[in-house]
Amino acid sequence: MSDATTYQRPAIPWAVRLALGFIAVFVLFALFGQWLSPHEFRATSLLDRLRPPVGFGGTWDYPLGTDARGRDLLVRLAVGAQITLIVAVVGTLIGAVLGSLLGVLAAARRGFVETVVVGAVDVQASLPIIVVALFVLAMFDSSFTLFLLLIGLTGWEVYARLMRGAVLSAKEQGYVTAVRALGASPYRIYLRHILPNVVSVALVQFTVNMPLTVLLETALSFLGLGVQSPLTSLGQIMSEGRDRLLTAWWLTLFPGVIIFLLALSISLVGDWVRDRFDPTLRSEN
Amino acid sequence: MIGFILSRVARAIITLLVTVTLVFVFIRFSGDPAAALAPPDAPQEVIEQYRRALGLDQPFWVQYTGYLGRLIQGDFGYSIHSGRPSLQIFLDRLPATLRLGGTALLISLVCGITLGAVAALNRGRPIDRGVMAFSVFAFAMPNFLFGLVVILVGSLAFQVYLGGQGASSTALGLIAPALTLGLASMGSYARFTRSSLLETINKPFMLAAEARGIPYKRRLIRHALPNAAIPLVTLVGLSLGSLIAGSVVTEQVFAWPGVGQLLVRSVATRDIATVQFLVLAIAATMITANLIVDLLYLVIDPRIRAK
Amino acid sequence: MTPTDLSPVLAVRDLTIALPPGADRAHAVTGIDLTIEPGQTLCLVGESGSGKSVVAQAIMGMLPPALPMTSGEIALQGTPNPPQRASAYHRLRGPKVAMVFQDAISSLDPIQRVGRQLEEILEVHGVPKSERRARVMDMLAAVLLPDPDRAYRSYPHEMSGGQAQRIVIAGALLLNPALLIADEPTTALDVTTQAEILELIEKLKVEFDTSVLFITHDFGVVADIADHVVVMKDGIAVESGTAPSVLQDPQHDYTKRLLAAAALAPARDQAADGAAIFQVRDLSLTYRRGLFFNRTEVPAVREVTLDLHKGQTLAVVGESGSGKSSLAKCLLRLQDTDGGQMIFKGRDITALQGAALRDFRSKVQVVLQDPFGALDPRFKTIDAIAEGPIIHGVPKAEARERALRMLELVGLTPQAADRYPQEFSGGQRQRICIARALVLEPEVLIADEAVSALDVSIQVQVLDLFTDLQDRLGFSMVFITHDLHVAAAISDNVLVMQHGRVVEQGPTAQIFANPRDPYTRALLQSAPGQKRGLVA
Repeated sequence: MSDATTYQRPAIPWAVRLALGFIAVFVLFALFGQWLSPHEFRATSLLDRLRPPVGFGGTWDYPLGTDARGRDLLVRLAVGAQITLIVAVVGTLIGAVLGSLLGVLAAARRGFVETVVVGAVDVQASLPIIVVALFVLAMFDSSFTLFLLLIGLTGWEVYARLMRGAVLSAKEQGYVTAVRALGASPYRIYLRHILPNVVSVALVQFTVNMPLTVLLETALSFLGLGVQSPLTSLGQIMSEGRDRLLTAWWLTLFPGVIIFLLALSISLVGDWVRDRFDPTLRSEN
Repeated sequence: MIGFILSRVARAIITLLVTVTLVFVFIRFSGDPAAALAPPDAPQEVIEQYRRALGLDQPFWVQYTGYLGRLIQGDFGYSIHSGRPSLQIFLDRLPATLRLGGTALLISLVCGITLGAVAALNRGRPIDRGVMAFSVFAFAMPNFLFGLVVILVGSLAFQVYLGGQGASSTALGLIAPALTLGLASMGSYARFTRSSLLETINKPFMLAAEARGIPYKRRLIRHALPNAAIPLVTLVGLSLGSLIAGSVVTEQVFAWPGVGQLLVRSVATRDIATVQFLVLAIAATMITANLIVDLLYLVIDPRIRAK
Repeated sequence: MTPTDLSPVLAVRDLTIALPPGADRAHAVTGIDLTIEPGQTLCLVGESGSGKSVVAQAIMGMLPPALPMTSGEIALQGTPNPPQRASAYHRLRGPKVAMVFQDAISSLDPIQRVGRQLEEILEVHGVPKSERRARVMDMLAAVLLPDPDRAYRSYPHEMSGGQAQRIVIAGALLLNPALLIADEPTTALDVTTQAEILELIEKLKVEFDTSVLFITHDFGVVADIADHVVVMKDGIAVESGTAPSVLQDPQHDYTKRLLAAAALAPARDQAADGAAIFQVRDLSLTYRRGLFFNRTEVPAVREVTLDLHKGQTLAVVGESGSGKSSLAKCLLRLQDTDGGQMIFKGRDITALQGAALRDFRSKVQVVLQDPFGALDPRFKTIDAIAEGPIIHGVPKAEARERALRMLELVGLTPQAADRYPQEFSGGQRQRICIARALVLEPEVLIADEAVSALDVSIQVQVLDLFTDLQDRLGFSMVFITHDLHVAAAISDNVLVMQHGRVVEQGPTAQIFANPRDPYTRALLQSAPGQKRGLVA
C-alpha cells in the first residue's frame, strides 16, 4: 500500500519553453505579419521577379525576396501561415470532436452502434488519409471547405479508438460501480464521473494529432491539390518554388523550415502534455 | 484458435467490402461513371453502350452487384489518358514503388530498432537523449522538405541532381528517396523499440531471471529482446500506411516513376478509373497486411494461440 | 564435517540500507540481524513498507542503485557476499541461494516453454546438455506436478497460479541451493492451494537439505512452518526469537496485533434470529461471451438461496471463481439475473426498474475491494460522500452537513473533507467509501472483499469500524470474502460457495466448529496456523 503522496509539479524543460515560444511567434506572425510589409500578398511586380533575400544580394524592399511573379515572400508567408494555422486548428478540432463522440458513443451504447463504429475505424485504418483525400479531390472540385473537411478527418479513428477504450475501462472502475449503486442516473454517471476522467485522453491526442494535420495540409498543398491560388498556404508557396529549387532556394526553404519548426514545436509540447497528463504513456519509462 | 482465424478473415473481408462499397457510392454520385470508365475519345454511342452495360438505367442494387461482379472478374476500367486498363498501368508502376518502399522499410527497421535498443540500454545518458531528439525531429520533418534538402545537398555537394528521372537507377538515387521516405518510420520505430524494451526490462520475469543466475547479456538477448519485439510487429503493420502515404509525396519530389506519382498525376488529370483502382489496391494491401500481422501473432505469441 | 557445515547458512549483521532522498524515512531497513542454521526456516514477518523484501534483495545481491547498502555484512555459509550487483553473484544465485516471488506466473518468461526455462538455469551454470532434460523432469516430479511431461511443454499462461509456483520452486531448487528465499509465495493463491504449497516447501526443505527464509505478513503461516521469527516494522526488527517463544509469549504490541489478526476464532456467537430482511431464492446467473465463432457460456451463480436477517452479518466465503462477487452484483441489482427471485422487505426486487429501483438503491449500499479505484479521483471527499444524498433529492447544503457528520463517524478529521482521494492511504480511503455508503442510511450493506486489499493491522481497524457502526446504526451486512479470518471476525452466519453453488450455510460458530460439507472442511483445514494451535 503506497501512502498518500504529495504531487510535485515538474519544471517545464527548456526545449518545451522554446517550442511554446516559437508557437507564440508563429501565431503572432500569422495574425499580424502582413503589417510587416507594405506589399499586398497577391500584388505582382514583373520588375522585381526572383529577388533574393537580404544578405544574399537582396534589398530591404523585399526582406525575404520575391517569387517568380515578383510577389513579396514575407507577406505571402504571413498569409500562408494564417491559412495553415486555420486549417490546423479547425481541422484538428473536427477530427477530435467527431472521433471522440463516436468513441464515447460506441463504448456507452455497445451492441450495434459499437460494431458500426469499430467497423468504420477498421475501414479508415485501411486507407491512409492522404489517399482518401486524393480520391475525394479527384471526384469533386476542390474548394476550401471541402479541403478543410478532409483535413478534419485526419486521425478521427485514433480518437474513436482511444476514447472507446478509455470509456470502457472507466466503466470498469470501482467508483462507477459505487456511484451506480448510489442510484445515479446514466447521465449523471457519464457527465460527472466518466467523461471528466477520460477527457484528458482526447486532449493529449489533440496535441499529438495537430502536427500530423499541419503536415497533411502542407503535403497536399505542396502536391498542388490543397489550398488553391489565389489563396495560399505554406505548402502551396513551397510547391510554387519547387521547380526553382537550385536558383531560388528561398522560395522553398523559408516556408519549409517554418512548417518543420511548427510541427516540431507542437510535437514537443504534445509529448510534454502527454507525460504530464497520462503517466501510463510516459515516454521516459 | 480456428475461431480467431475465421473471425479475423471475416473482419478483413467485411472491411474490404465496405471500402469497395464506399468507393462505388462516391463514383456513382460524383458525375457520369460511363464517361469516366469508358475509353477516352469514345464516340457517344460507345458511352451509351457503356451506360447500358453499366446498367445506369437499372435499380441501384443491380448496378452495385454488377460493379462487384466486374471487380471480381478483374475489370477495373480504363484510363482516360492512354485508354489502357488501369490494372495494366498499375502493374507497370508497381516494381519501382516496391523497390523504393522495400528499401525504405529495410533502412527504417534496421536503423530504428538499433537506435531504440541502444537508447533503452543507455537510458538517461546523452545517447538516449540524442535518439529521442532524433525521433521527434524525424516525426516533425515534412518529407517534401527533407527530400528537397537532400536534392539540394546532392546537387551542391555531390554534383548529382537527384530530383530527375533517371536518377532512380543509381545507388545514391535509390538511397536518397528511400531515406526520405523511411525517416518518419525510423523515428517511430526507434521510439517504440525504446519504450517496449524499457517496459520489458522492468517486468518481474526479468528480475526473476536475474535471481536464477542468468547473466545480463543472456537475459537481454534471450528474454528481453524477443518479448519487446512482439508489439513491434503491430507497429510495422501500421506504419505500412504511413509508408504508402509518404511514397505519394516522396515519389513526387524525386520524380520517382512509381504508383504514388501515378496517383497524384491521375488525380490532377481526373483519371477516375485509375484513381479508383489505386484506392482499392491500397486498401486491399493494407487490409491484407493487417490480417497478416494478426495471424503472425499466432505464430510468435503463445498467449494469443491459447485463445 | 567441513567448515561450511559448521557456519550458519545465512548470517546477516547490522544490515542498513538507505532510501533515496525525499522518501518518508531515511532508511529502508536499519540494523537488521538474521541467522539461519542449516535445515532451519526463518520467517521474516512484516506488512507492506516494512522493508522485508529489501532484505531479501540485499541477500540476493540485487539491490537497485537507488537503495545503497550503507552498513552491514551478509555471509552465505560463512563466506561474505560480494558487493551488490557484482557479476560474481551469477555463480551464487542458483547453487547457493535461490528465490521465489509472490506472482509465479509473471516471474516466468511468457513466450518460452517452461521446460526450456528450467533447462536454461542448468545451462548457464554449466550442466552438460545430456543431463539437463532428465534433471528437469526429476525436479518436476519432485514438486509433485501431476503431469511432468505436460508441464515441461507448457507456457506459463497455460498454468494455474499454484502450478506456476511449483514450477518456480522447481527452478529455484534445481541446483540444490543452501538457502531458499520465498517472498510471500502463497499470498496470491487460494487458501487450499496455499496449504499445498506450504506443505511442498516443508517436504522439499527436508529432501534437498535446504534452509528457508520465508517472507510473509501472515502469522498463520509463521505458526505452520517457522523455526525462528523476526518481526519487522518500518525498517526495524521489533521482535525476534524462536517460533514457540514468539508465538506463545509475544513481547511487542505490534507482534500481538498481528498474532490476534491471524486467529481463526468466530467472534460472535449470537444465534438469535432477527426477521429476514433480504431473501434470495434459487438465484442463477450465466455470463455469455463472444460472437458466433467463439461463443461461451459461463455459469457464475447457480440456484443460490439465502436469508439475511435484520441487524446481522452474513459472510459469503469462497475461493476465486466461486461466484461470490457475481452474487454481490446480483444482490445490488447491478447485474440482471437469469433465474430465481430476490425479496427485499417483502417486496420482489428481481426486476425492479425506474424510481422503485432508485429507491431500492438508497436502502442497499456497497463497499468495494479496491480502495484505490473506488473513489473518483476528481471528487473531494466531502463531494464523494454527499453525492448519494444529492442524487436522492437532499438539498446540497444539508447533504454536505450529513457528509461531515458521517466523516466524523468513520474516524476521519473534518480536514479530510476538502482533500482528494489520492492524498489518503488505503485504509483511510476505505473509511471514506464506508462513509459514502452509510450516509444514505441503508438497511443493508454489501461489502465485497472490503478489507482484502489492506494490510493486516489496517484490516483489523476497518473490521472494528464495520462492527462498531453496525452496532450504532443497526444495518444488516453481507460480507463477501475469501479470507476465513475475516469471516470469523465479523459474521453471525456464514455461507460457503464453490463453483457458483452454496455448499453449506449456517451460524458461523457452528460451521467453524463442525463443518459438514467436505469442501468446507477442506477450506477450514487449509487455513494456516493450525499446526501450532493458533486457532483459539
